[in-house]
Amino acid sequence: MLQSNVPSGPLADKWTNRKNELLLVNPANRRKYTVLVVGTGLAGASAAAALGEQGYNVKSFCISDSPRRAHSIAAQGGINAAKNYTNDGDSVFRLFYDTIKGGDFRAREANVFRLAEISNLIIDHCVAQGIPFAREYGGLLANRSFGGAQVSRTFYARGQTGQQLLLGAYGALLRQAAAGRVTLLPRREMLDLIVADGRACGILARNLVTGALESYAGDAVLLCTGGYGNAYYLSTNAMNSNVTAAWRCYKRGAFFANPCFTQIHPTCIPVSGHYQSKLTLMSESLRNDGRVWVPKKPGDDRPPRLIPEDERDYYLERKYPSFGNLVPRDVASRNAKAVCDEGRGVGPTGRAVYLDFADAIARDGKAAIEKKYGNLFAMYEKITAQNPYETPMMIYPAIHYTMGGLWVDYNLMTTIPGLFALGEANFSDHGANRLGASALMQGLADGYFIIPYTLPDYLAQKGPGTVSTDHPAFKEAREKVEQDVGALLSIKGERTVDDIHRELGRIMWEYCGMSRNDEGLKTALEQIPKLREEFWQNVRVPGKAADFNQALEKAGRVADFLEFGELLAKDALARRESCGGHFNEAFQTEENEALRDDENFCHVAAWEYRGEGEEPGRHEEPLVFENVHLTQRSYK
Amino acid sequence: MTGTMNLTLLVWRQAGTSDKGRLVSYEARDISPDMSFLEMLDVVNEGLTQKGEEPIAFDHDCREGICGMCGAVVNGRAHGAEKGTTLCQLHMRHFSDGDVIYIEPWRSRAFPVVKDLVVDRSALDRIFMAGGYISVNTGQAPEANTIPVPPEKAETAMDAAACIGCGACVAACPNASAMLFVCAKVSQLAILPQGRPEAARRVLAMIRKMDEEKFGNCGNERECEAECPKEISISHIARANREYIKAVLGSREK
Ligand SMILES: Cc1cc2nc3c(=O)[nH]c(=O)nc-3n(C[C@H](O)[C@H](O)[C@H](O)COP(=O)(O)OP(=O)(O)OC[C@H]3O[C@@H](n4cnc5c(N)ncnc54)[C@H](O)[C@@H]3O)c2cc1C
Ligand code: FES
Repeated sequence: MLQSNVPSGPLADKWTNRKNELLLVNPANRRKYTVLVVGTGLAGASAAAALGEQGYNVKSFCISDSPRRAHSIAAQGGINAAKNYTNDGDSVFRLFYDTIKGGDFRAREANVFRLAEISNLIIDHCVAQGIPFAREYGGLLANRSFGGAQVSRTFYARGQTGQQLLLGAYGALLRQAAAGRVTLLPRREMLDLIVADGRACGILARNLVTGALESYAGDAVLLCTGGYGNAYYLSTNAMNSNVTAAWRCYKRGAFFANPCFTQIHPTCIPVSGHYQSKLTLMSESLRNDGRVWVPKKPGDDRPPRLIPEDERDYYLERKYPSFGNLVPRDVASRNAKAVCDEGRGVGPTGRAVYLDFADAIARDGKAAIEKKYGNLFAMYEKITAQNPYETPMMIYPAIHYTMGGLWVDYNLMTTIPGLFALGEANFSDHGANRLGASALMQGLADGYFIIPYTLPDYLAQKGPGTVSTDHPAFKEAREKVEQDVGALLSIKGERTVDDIHRELGRIMWEYCGMSRNDEGLKTALEQIPKLREEFWQNVRVPGKAADFNQALEKAGRVADFLEFGELLAKDALARRESCGGHFNEAFQTEENEALRDDENFCHVAAWEYRGEGEEPGRHEEPLVFENVHLTQRSYK
Repeated sequence: MTGTMNLTLLVWRQAGTSDKGRLVSYEARDISPDMSFLEMLDVVNEGLTQKGEEPIAFDHDCREGICGMCGAVVNGRAHGAEKGTTLCQLHMRHFSDGDVIYIEPWRSRAFPVVKDLVVDRSALDRIFMAGGYISVNTGQAPEANTIPVPPEKAETAMDAAACIGCGACVAACPNASAMLFVCAKVSQLAILPQGRPEAARRVLAMIRKMDEEKFGNCGNERECEAECPKEISISHIARANREYIKAVLGSREK
């Protein structure tokens, strides 16, 4: 049933073979096709720009006031590529292998290989765009190393790599806007997908300034709307990140793959109070020099410097002597939770652990540490008013990235013909866990170098011509959205949207977070529908529909999270194994590692919507590994 | 952590672009010093919502000082008085119990108010559109290490490229000029060898567009540099001015 559409031939030839067989659209005919690109993060901006360059008529949508502000802007660490500039043995195959192993063998071989293959083209293109990557003294590009790899292959622009890559893509997008090939539609939120005759043929979007619902018809729709981390309320994602666009596509027939594959980042600034609205990431690189510890004694609330060495538990070094503080993200996160659950957490809330630089400063000197981490220490001090040179940092894990997303085939098309998904919005390349610096690579690979080849093939087969916005499918979608908006505004209950979202976040974090068990997942499956009911009876959304109304925007997104959260928990419960970011306590090795079941669960789970109140269908796409051997991770 | 505080806010409320707008007073109670300024506004908005009043509209997204979406004039200062800080990274510990805080939107002819503290900054996109990029199509690029760039140049270009496009420079400037915004981009791309071929065309087009969009002229007041949350130096304005003169005198671009 699920056709992954992977090309034939040896792994290294698959993409070349595919490119050779894909249909093309004649340059003179391209302007006859309208492509709707939703989202202007790395995936959306690069896709819209590249398609504009080819001569298609592109419409580009985003929620923020300018395309430049998409969530991708916040990425700090860097972007991977297999250039092997450091001569340390890197290759396309190694980048492919690290990515597929990092994903705990739950991604498609062919997709991941293509990603590694394209990685080098991305760096070439970004340098040509004027992205100020870090350089060596001789003027050539610098690299650093990142988690999960034994080579230095990460390119970076200070701690602002995402910002610089996005501004490059934004520039390319605006260049096409200036040329009249791209129409910019900022402050628009897609609220429904229009499907007619079995094809995606338009979207319904709310104009966030006027509140008007606007209909857009297109020959194809590209969903580049990012991840769903904000289902957990607190995350490192931007405030407007949401699942709405993807969820509405799911309800129109696009399968949703692996929603339970979520990633928790171990080094975030802890929650300081109830009012907390988001969590700030502190770069993972800090674990190269910081030592993680908590007091041995539960409830020990002495200031850290007054706790003697022998009363401290450097638990990562103790449990994982060979990797120590550098164990992968999921292992570090679960251990932090475990010590806090034992009552040994620190800080005012007891939900934090120390990341201590005292030894590193004593060893290398303050100047050396400042050179490496100065900007991070300054950022930490700005937020917490504590000086990490003198007192240990406090950190705690937070939701950071979502590997699950709309199911797509090798050509990035969803199960709805004409609807494509790119970037974090799709499920494709990271399996059950994403390695650092590979999301930026994937977003730009999808947008600059894959969709410009695969989309024309679809368009050429379909032929030009969009449906009219008077089509009944538009009318039906509009009525449905008007009805929902009207309902939200008329409830006038007692609880604010944020209040309910916060409660959903607590359920998700508690029961579907970094360590899951069947009982907890079942509790979530009971509590989420109840909360959803409470929402639809007791939420208070102020203001009007025909206005700039941020509370209404949020309410719509939370309504979708309240449905989506249930699917996430269902998916987690159905996957009878642990892998990568999905850790079910019932399935672990003696070393407390995720225990996969390759016999029964070496597949993608893709969920099909079957109507309001109906059980969704679970489909499996088997994963076949012909080029790598499935191994068990160990970091002891 | 010290105790919480009570504050009086005087917030600009304006229903839409054509509304006149006015300052409205609100009490912000039990504010923790660890809150960010926007979290303080969240708390006030929760209270307004509970009371059946419309919450204060303000733009925000990343809440970590990088997207450039947030911004307001706080007690007469763009993004508040802390140096090198966006509004979302301004913490309430810099205020004291009993303070009166004026909160107003960016003021500039080029930035019409959309609602309350939200303004329309699309003029910045249009300036960028006039030439804030290098014209290279996807797939055309040579191998990345073909052209070396000395690290000092890459670093200076990165200093300029750090601009988040928030518009604080315009709000801070007595003439509401967008020179720092424009020149940061002109300078970044003029420093890098990849940007040289279009340098003359770029500076002329972006400055022309800035004038068309009703931004004022730069009078060297340096307020922009003082208020820029990314502390972008006005030396980039000087560099862009040199580029401009070179372009006017020496190139065929008009
Ligand atoms: C703090 C942080 C640091 C990170 N650091 C790194 C790193 O160093 N390296 C790395 O590789 N990855 C990193 N990541 C991950 C990476 O940044 C993201 O996965 C990636 O940028 C996602 O890009 P995207 O284009 O898919 O989506 P996004 O950038 O999230 O863009 C989504 C776009 O869709 C729009 N949108 C959403 N919904 C709608 C709707 N309904 N209607 C209209 N528009 C909509 C939004 O406005 C936005 O324009 C980091 C993530 C975080 C949170
Ligand atoms: S919200 Fe992004 S910079 Fe303030």
